[in-house]
Amino acid sequence: MSGMTITEKIMAKHAGRTRVNPGDNIWVDVDVLMTHDVCGPGTIGIFHKEFGRNAKVWNKEKVVIIPDHYIFTADEKCHRNIQILRDFVREQGLPYYYDPEFVKGSGMPSPYRDPSKTSYKGVCHKTLPEEGHVRPGEILLGTDSHTCTAGAFGQFATGVGNTDAAFTLGTGKTWLKVPPTMKFTFHGKIPAYLTAKDLILAVIGDISVSGATYKTMYFAGEGIGSLTLEDRMTLTNMAIEAGGKNGVCDVDEKTLQYVRARSRVKNWDVLTDDPDAKYCHESEYDLAALEPLVAKPHSPDNKDTAHNCRDVKLDQAYIGSCTGGKITDMIFAANILKGNKVQIPTYVVPGSTEVHQDMKRLNLRGAEKGPNEKSIEDILLDAGCNVGASGCSACLGGPPDTFGRLNKSEVCISTTNRNFPGRMGSMTSAVYLASPLTVAASALRGKITDPREYVSSSIETGTAGVL
Amino acid sequence: MNTTIRGKAFVLGDNIDTDQIIPAKFLAYNPSDASERKYFGMYAMDGVPAGQSGLPFGDRRFVRPNEFKSDYAIVIGGKNFGCGSSREHAPLAIAEAGATCVVAEFYARIFFRNSINGGYLVPFETTDRLCEEIKTGDELEIDVKTSTLKNLTQKKSYTLKPLGDVTPIIDAGGVFEYAKQSGMMAR
Repeated sequence: MSGMTITEKIMAKHAGRTRVNPGDNIWVDVDVLMTHDVCGPGTIGIFHKEFGRNAKVWNKEKVVIIPDHYIFTADEKCHRNIQILRDFVREQGLPYYYDPEFVKGSGMPSPYRDPSKTSYKGVCHKTLPEEGHVRPGEILLGTDSHTCTAGAFGQFATGVGNTDAAFTLGTGKTWLKVPPTMKFTFHGKIPAYLTAKDLILAVIGDISVSGATYKTMYFAGEGIGSLTLEDRMTLTNMAIEAGGKNGVCDVDEKTLQYVRARSRVKNWDVLTDDPDAKYCHESEYDLAALEPLVAKPHSPDNKDTAHNCRDVKLDQAYIGSCTGGKITDMIFAANILKGNKVQIPTYVVPGSTEVHQDMKRLNLRGAEKGPNEKSIEDILLDAGCNVGASGCSACLGGPPDTFGRLNKSEVCISTTNRNFPGRMGSMTSAVYLASPLTVAASALRGKITDPREYVSSSIETGTAGVL
Repeated sequence: MNTTIRGKAFVLGDNIDTDQIIPAKFLAYNPSDASERKYFGMYAMDGVPAGQSGLPFGDRRFVRPNEFKSDYAIVIGGKNFGCGSSREHAPLAIAEAGATCVVAEFYARIFFRNSINGGYLVPFETTDRLCEEIKTGDELEIDVKTSTLKNLTQKKSYTLKPLGDVTPIIDAGGVFEYAKQSGMMAR
């Protein structure tokens, strides 16, 4: 009998079994269920219909509701959807809800003035670990395909629909088919001109947008150890872009430092792949041999080097989302933009209010800024960027009044995760996906630019995004 | 579940993502509100790019402007149908427009799961490249029990893959009905 992978061990434990094999259909206990303003109303409707108007959720401590998608819009249905979440939170007495209290009545809400003084957080996948809802060894379900982000912390996390979420809300359970695992080993140390975004674009380009369908993507090797936790989140975040059921990384001291500082629960399981665990695919990457990459329109697997695309003229740059709107992404961009001016409209959207607060608090090295030192936000504003309020914003287009949305035939380079036709707004727009380094370098030229032209020494991010 | 599904085919290509099936700007509608739910039918497939909607013609709309129901009962896709966002609004939109079945080479897993657990669509898989054989508007008949598809227009017949493990949930009409029938949940 062969050994088991991290994902198989987590699933077995949550099914009350000693072992599971890929292909087994099992019922598991869920540790945390997350929903947001786009899928929450549908989920809540199904929950009430199926379990009854007076039904209670299975465990109040395990339900997390994070409005993030359509916050800064005058669309009244979007405001109404937030009210549905508020009503449900009150009815159920849920302790973990992050309200955009400034959304009230009609018209465009005026956002928070001070990001440290609002209960609103922003993008759910960034907020979940920040607020201590993510731990190694657990099972997290969320009504959002990028829920797989939390696999960076050594847990099983995957996206589900409204019906599945409603079922879990009432029962605490879900059925899962145990996925086979694909192992991607990264050798070496991350070079200064790359971020995890380049690594995941390399993998997706190699295996295609359906190469990991129904499978686990396990990111292993000392190359992953050399990444910050936030950069590992970029890797697991985009597992879904290869069709992956979940993405997972090993737990190390960096993970434990983060989780110890933030988790609301103080015990968890650190699991590892057995030496004789079985993989359905194995491939290896040498970090020193990888180049800065882009995914060309209109598919995340349409891989090319930034250098090959140097003649592509751009109308807009966008830095944000669960993939590329974390504080380390902002520090990467700021190190390139410092003292320069962007040549095209450049929109910056912090992934959470904590990221926004850190942009005001930290310097280019991710340390507390001195009294005469520029903050990350100062540097971005000086370079001519438009900095918006935290949330999903234009990553998925959204209502026409969304900040940074592509409303005509524009070409955009973006740190986000998807460049499907019309994804960021107009059906005639085109999106190139890239790392925050490549997006920042490209904003300075108005053309796709290899960041090696701007990065000479490694960019330190300190404990930014961790403590 | 109907054992025979009959109607016109609407044909699409590979990697039809859920942003194409129902673009994000329509997600403000609440699918649990009956007066709003029908709009998902009106806007189903609204994000499929020009030239790729209703193959091989490329210019056919799944639902005519300002209407809530589609003329098509069966959607034919290529590889990786329903990839991208987990929005359950996608299978719901296709079903709300009146279609009951999708036949594709394979699915993105969340779309497949949502189609079954929500009881919206029967998601058949095929080893044939049907999206290059069947034309939009062809009259089809699918026998669900025997997993066979007849193209009545072209007078051709195909064997689809059996539905497999998920058949009991499809037969029950969704995961809630399945859980009630199997005693996991009170009626």
